[in-house]
Amino acid sequence: MKAGKIALPDTPSGYGSDLERIEVDLLLEGIYRQYGYDFRSYAFSSLKRRLWKHIQAEGLHSISELQGRVLHDPVALQRLLLDLSISVSTMFRDPGFYQAFREKVVPLLRTYPFIRIWHAGCSTGEEVYSMAILLEEENLYERTRIYATDINDVVLQKARAGIFPLERMQEYTDNYLRSGGGRAFSEYYTARYDGALFNPGLTRNVVFSQHNLVTDRSFAEFNVILCRNVMIYFDRALQNRVLRLFHDSMPMYGILALGNKESLRFTEYENCFEAIDPRERIYRRVR
Amino acid sequence: MSAVREELRVRYELVVIGISAGGLVALCELFRLLRPDFPIAIAVVQHRSRNSTALASVLQDCTRLQVCDVEDKMPFSPGAVHLAPPDYHTLVDDGFFSLSLDAPVTYSRPSIDVLFESAADQFGPKLVGIVMTGANRDGARGLRRIADAGGRAIVQDPATAEVPVMPTAAIALVPEAVVLPISGIAAHLGSLATPLQRGGVP
Repeated sequence: MKAGKIALPDTPSGYGSDLERIEVDLLLEGIYRQYGYDFRSYAFSSLKRRLWKHIQAEGLHSISELQGRVLHDPVALQRLLLDLSISVSTMFRDPGFYQAFREKVVPLLRTYPFIRIWHAGCSTGEEVYSMAILLEEENLYERTRIYATDINDVVLQKARAGIFPLERMQEYTDNYLRSGGGRAFSEYYTARYDGALFNPGLTRNVVFSQHNLVTDRSFAEFNVILCRNVMIYFDRALQNRVLRLFHDSMPMYGILALGNKESLRFTEYENCFEAIDPRERIYRRVR
Repeated sequence: MSAVREELRVRYELVVIGISAGGLVALCELFRLLRPDFPIAIAVVQHRSRNSTALASVLQDCTRLQVCDVEDKMPFSPGAVHLAPPDYHTLVDDGFFSLSLDAPVTYSRPSIDVLFESAADQFGPKLVGIVMTGANRDGARGLRRIADAGGRAIVQDPATAEVPVMPTAAIALVPEAVVLPISGIAAHLGSLATPLQRGGVP
């Protein structure tokens, strides 16, 4: 798409909603059967926006055209995957969450000899670095391992590289200070011509790896599972499946942290967890 | 008779409101004028800063309708006012809201256009869209989409808006929209929801 006026990614006029639904279903079924990526249980409203945005960027005009392209061209599939799965985040997004984590979760973690954290859907890693910084400052990082996973290998490469846009450092610094950070945030990165390179030592205890919440199983037991603003893209049935996966991946009193506007209230797992900070959506497993 | 009543009640599934600068006072006035048993769910995008979390409690003081911030997958409640939370887009799925962190649209997240378009796709003629006071053009395209899908388009009379830019832009794109001052919008919504006479809803 050309620069200038940004066209809204929406359904072209004259595109019947029944037809759109059929075409989306066929596309997702095709992708699943050909490649194993399962988007069939994504929330339709946001999935559809992302699809149309991608269709515009590809210079196509219908969902069927996109289907033909991705089924025959794995490289095109990779491009679609990126547009469907990428989620842009910020360091110390929702500073109040990190503050609550310091106050309410860290004391608990101090009682453990070894801490395993799963950051599910870590995208480009901003929040992984945030958590590593927090744990470093709380003197817990040495005995922590963070498993940071995402469906998408491209974003994981970015996360591993640890280079974030320089122009966002002011915002990140503000967030960091409001989260209760006590140092100069600039200690954690080196400004370079192409961005802010974060201290590679911050990822010494991070394992980045590909994991698909929709189709893959649990791979260990964790004291803390962070999955913030990932499940908003899922429909209710898939949210319940993923919550079961998390539930089965933690012991009693394991910690689950969701995004600020996510809630267990509308899920089948409401009674399996209790909120230890309702406002910041930090829960612990109670059954 | 009760069948007619039922039919009129379900004729509209949702009212979506887009509002920006000057919105707080206008929303208070509108909700104060709606009767407390207003039977249709209301969703509002009010442009606001990321850290603005007090809107729901401020609005709650103006109305007996229940006011809440939208959470992901929250079902619509008839007669409740659902506020799009700051820093997310709010979209509509079948009977509930979904949130997204996709990029801002014309600098806005939440974007009025995003809510309006997804609601129009979901509900077509069973939707009412209202654009009110504001200093940008968000909402115009979404209102166009609502009208195209057979929904009812309403715009606050720019002459009565604290900031007329947004309603003026909406009228330019949706000339057939019903243009009313706030008291008129409240009365119009009341008439849409009042099951009094057969065929009384235009």
